[in-house]
Amino acid sequence: MSIDIIGTLSIGLLWGVMAVGVYITFRILDFADLTAEGCFTLGAAVAARLITVGASPIASTLAAFAAGAAAGALTGFFHTKLRIPPLLSGILTMTGLYSINIRSMGMKPNIPLMYDNRTIMSDFAKMFSISNKIAVFCVALICVSIVIFILWWFFNTEIGYAMRATGNNENMIRALGVNTNVTKMLGLMLGNSLVAFSGALIAQFNSYSDIGMGIGTIVIGLAAVIMGEVIFSDKNSYKGLIAVVLGSISYRFIIALVLELSRLPTTDTRGISSIVLAIALALPLIRKSLIRKKPPASLEREVA
Amino acid sequence: MLKANNLRKTFSPGTVNEKFALNGVSLQLAERDFITVIGGNGAGKSTLLNAIAGVFPIDSGDIFIDSKDVTKYPEHKRSQFIGRVFQDPIMGTASSMTIEENLAMAHRRGKPRGLGWGITNDERALFIDHLKILGLGLENRLTSKTGLLSGGQRQALTLLMATILKPRLLLLDEHTAALDPKTAQTVLDLTERIISENQLTVIMVTHNMKDALKTGNRIAMMHEGDIILDIGSDEKKSLHVSDLLEMFEKASGDQISSDRMLLS
Repeated sequence: MSIDIIGTLSIGLLWGVMAVGVYITFRILDFADLTAEGCFTLGAAVAARLITVGASPIASTLAAFAAGAAAGALTGFFHTKLRIPPLLSGILTMTGLYSINIRSMGMKPNIPLMYDNRTIMSDFAKMFSISNKIAVFCVALICVSIVIFILWWFFNTEIGYAMRATGNNENMIRALGVNTNVTKMLGLMLGNSLVAFSGALIAQFNSYSDIGMGIGTIVIGLAAVIMGEVIFSDKNSYKGLIAVVLGSISYRFIIALVLELSRLPTTDTRGISSIVLAIALALPLIRKSLIRKKPPASLEREVA
Repeated sequence: MLKANNLRKTFSPGTVNEKFALNGVSLQLAERDFITVIGGNGAGKSTLLNAIAGVFPIDSGDIFIDSKDVTKYPEHKRSQFIGRVFQDPIMGTASSMTIEENLAMAHRRGKPRGLGWGITNDERALFIDHLKILGLGLENRLTSKTGLLSGGQRQALTLLMATILKPRLLLLDEHTAALDPKTAQTVLDLTERIISENQLTVIMVTHNMKDALKTGNRIAMMHEGDIILDIGSDEKKSLHVSDLLEMFEKASGDQISSDRMLLS
């Protein structure tokens, strides 16, 4: 049995950026936002297209980031201005994004990145003359560190407090003078920009963008969030963010392990993802029923 | 200080659930007035507070605070004048955030928020001083999440949050109703102390007629979305619960509709 440790770590970190985005909308903002499904592909499509027409990889990635923010803003507009429920707002954007994504890729369902196309990873490898694999790991680690540091700072600012309170007790923070429509909008933009950012990184890592690559984003992101909470349970500001990334890494190792042991094709990954998430979500219940089956000895006697 | 003229609010108009929650109610408060509001279930007490706080737009009427017309202000904009404590202790704080974070947000009530730190060291020192006054030992638990606090502790904290920036108007919506009698008394004592120390203008809704008589300088009685009795401090001092009940029946031509009010 052999699991590629560095490779799996890298994938966990790269997808971890997406999981942090999902964490912001689902957990911090308490907004069941499905925009992520389309937004991940959007990031990949925008970055791949720009790279193939010769833009610098960093600029392409930043453009993907901005595109994600715009998608989040659209969902925010549906919800705060048109009063459409969260779930439906996200679905509207997600569905519409399919067409936008195809258009961003020049009416094609995928864009391969050729050997002579630069990516952030290949640039990094060349700059420090290291192997591609180590470069991927370094880029992933740097990106995740920057994201966590900026978010840690942001969630400790006045607006950051207001955003956290919006997901926690909307009436209360409105009574304290915060326009929660603004904080929701900002949170959706922030979360989705990170999802698109992650999509851009994955496209460069995989050397292609594909119209179907965003399918399952929510499940993968939530699996990372829940596993982070279950394994490293701490919902406090920056520790919560790190827990999500660790959750994402753990999740990748589980998938790698299952694929390795079962010799299933990689197309089964999403099926396994769903099962892993279902188990993670059911864990509190499973734990409770295990405890109930084994009551303390004294109690048992009383019942008998 | 506060002038509310002829407020009307109908919920679900034109449906079978149509409810005239406010029926042209008017209320004027002078500086430092502390009015207690009683009335049966559905009399419109909470609706009146929510209308003043701007939780929903009213159908007609207007509201002035310090002779400024705030009728069209949304809730978050009115918050610069108004501190609030709700009936449900869960409503008053963000439960997954810490005590100091909650206080810091309250300390920015009605002010624009930017990218400065959410809490400063000076504020921490200030919060410790204020928390000590509560006498609940919360000053040693600044970084505890408020979700871990008891109902009484949360209401005391919410009260502090509502008053840490002196509000022009304090709205208390049955803020002791969900607490056990002893804790309710403690919170009420604390309320009176904070109000007199800060010389606040207050509207307090309560189900407890004794509390309503004991506290404040005015008492108002609501029935079917209007104030049917408004008694000033001189007359209020000599009143008993039985007098109140009698006056209510005479004014409304109705039996008192709330069992909770009779029992308490």
